Amino acid sequence: MPVRPLRISSYTLCSAAGEGRERTLEALRERRSGLRPNDFGASPLPTWIGRVPDLEHQSLPEPYAQWDCRNNRLAWRGLISDGFRDAVLQARERYGAQRVAVVVGTSTSSIGASEEAYCRLEADGQYPPDLRRPIIHTPHSLGDFVQHALGLSGINVTVATACSSSAKVFAQAERLMRSGLADAAVVGGVDTLCGSVLFGFNSLELVSPQPCRPFDVQRRGINLGEAAGFALLERDAGSGPWLIGYGESSDAHHMSTPHPEGLGARAALADALERAGIAPQDIDYINLHGTASQKNDEVEARLVADLFPESTIASSTKGWTGHTLGAAGIVEAGITLLALEHGLLPGTLNSESLDPACGPQIRCENTQRAARRALSFSFGFGGSNCVLAFAGDESP
Amino acid sequence: MSVELPQVRVEGIGFWASRLPGWNIARAVIRGEQAAPDTASVRPAPTMLAPTERRRAPDTVAVALEVASKACESAGRAPSDLPSVFASTHGDLAISDYMCATLAATPTLISPVKFHNSVHNAAAGYWSIGAGSYAPYTALSAFRYTFGVGLLEAVTQVACENRPVLYVAFDIEAKGPLGAIAPSRGLLGAALVLAPASADHGGRKLALRIEDGNSPVSTPACSAAATLVGDNALAPCLPLFEALAADDASTTAFQLSDRMSLHVRTS
Repeated sequence: MPVRPLRISSYTLCSAAGEGRERTLEALRERRSGLRPNDFGASPLPTWIGRVPDLEHQSLPEPYAQWDCRNNRLAWRGLISDGFRDAVLQARERYGAQRVAVVVGTSTSSIGASEEAYCRLEADGQYPPDLRRPIIHTPHSLGDFVQHALGLSGINVTVATACSSSAKVFAQAERLMRSGLADAAVVGGVDTLCGSVLFGFNSLELVSPQPCRPFDVQRRGINLGEAAGFALLERDAGSGPWLIGYGESSDAHHMSTPHPEGLGARAALADALERAGIAPQDIDYINLHGTASQKNDEVEARLVADLFPESTIASSTKGWTGHTLGAAGIVEAGITLLALEHGLLPGTLNSESLDPACGPQIRCENTQRAARRALSFSFGFGGSNCVLAFAGDESP
Repeated sequence: MSVELPQVRVEGIGFWASRLPGWNIARAVIRGEQAAPDTASVRPAPTMLAPTERRRAPDTVAVALEVASKACESAGRAPSDLPSVFASTHGDLAISDYMCATLAATPTLISPVKFHNSVHNAAAGYWSIGAGSYAPYTALSAFRYTFGVGLLEAVTQVACENRPVLYVAFDIEAKGPLGAIAPSRGLLGAALVLAPASADHGGRKLALRIEDGNSPVSTPACSAAATLVGDNALAPCLPLFEALAADDASTTAFQLSDRMSLHVRTS
């Protein structure tokens, strides 16, 4: 059923490609990748990563010391970028602290802190005293920190559906607002590099030893990255781009391999287009999931070639950021909003020779062209799919 | 301020705890009609999964799929038709312990099967595979407020999409050093199939209301079941199932934040 569009009155993103909208836009324009050889942890695997600099040296401000850990440090870095926190504090004044919901996504939250505790256990097997803080050893670490850092007291939830997490938050927030349970919502997501995902994806043989090359015929797998991103959703803001639709589905196929015909992905796309009241030919740009894994890119390329006209431009931006897992939804939503705002439709960095499954829509080079409507795809581990539909400031 | 959601009908209930294996037993113990079993039951088998996956299924998947399938069965609904909301305070505590311990000792030996099962949406993912459901699922957490926040999302989906929704909540026993920081004992799973309420249907109904104020409270559990599940992280779910086990209407409160609470009128 169609949804009433919501304004995105403020948004921000922070990844290896850049901190904040301006630097991210520069990196996209100049085709400067944030990926670098893996130097994370004591015994780094031979791969490339999208690492955000200096998180190790910047602890949280004193009032938030109990939430201090890598993931919440990156969350804070995101919250203070682009004046996002100030925009939320103003919304808090307008609506009341209990009327601004917090719905954020992550895959591993602050499990990195638990990993660290296990490396520094006391002689009696207990956590070291500085890490005996229950809130950072549970998935809701992220949502709890974000809510307190923004001084909010409304509905607060952490969504953890792997790679679709911080896309699905838009859908959940829209439902909360439609039901009258909130007047505005902070949506977003944060994931940070940790042993669990680096060694976990390595155990599945999905990690590339080279910079990732989405949709390239010679792609060899993913590069893991870390990122934070947030958006403020309001019904009646005076300006800002629009969330015009969303679609959600499941693959019902396999935990780490997409459905071979992309049935779940197609269902999520159809749902998003229906809610937005638009058709494929209305779409100027698609930010694809494009992880550079063999299967994802093959299935996604065929879906785009089958369903979209040549005039739609599509790309994966993971060559800039790496795969930021639970943050991928919000980071790529942010890149999609930048594309609408500046008419800069990014290409697919690092890729040269596209897989034959790709249609003319998928581009390696950037395109400068005005765009009115765009989609962002997130197809995740566990078969959870989400498609978001956005429109530029002018009209939903 | 107070906001009400449209009433929903409880079409099906699933419940499983190590000392209360199934809703019929749990209901009878809550009502004081029978004593709890003396010993803990072995975990339920996730029979909807293929044999290999069934064998490898962690406790989270086993208990979540058990209550989810029982709730669908009692609702007379095909599992494949229902969107679902999965909620868990801590996710798979046993696998988190395994991942952290292995990463500290021999990181390159992480088991790919364990990694698959470590994600917070593992139970939801296996449910969608076992049920053959393309309907969306979500998987969420809200620390000590998890059960109420998940219930609110499920009822919001029923109201917004005007279709039945499966709600599944679960937590399992913690292992290793993590157990001292994120304590949880035994297995506990609870599930509801919730549908739009219409005047011509009988049965139990839930009416949700959100209230904000300075001192939100949660209704404490009061039945004989309280001591049997009280040390599981999902124990805050019990008061709602006490209300569902009783014949009379009642209201159960769940704290949602420092200033907000959810009031569930069961009738």
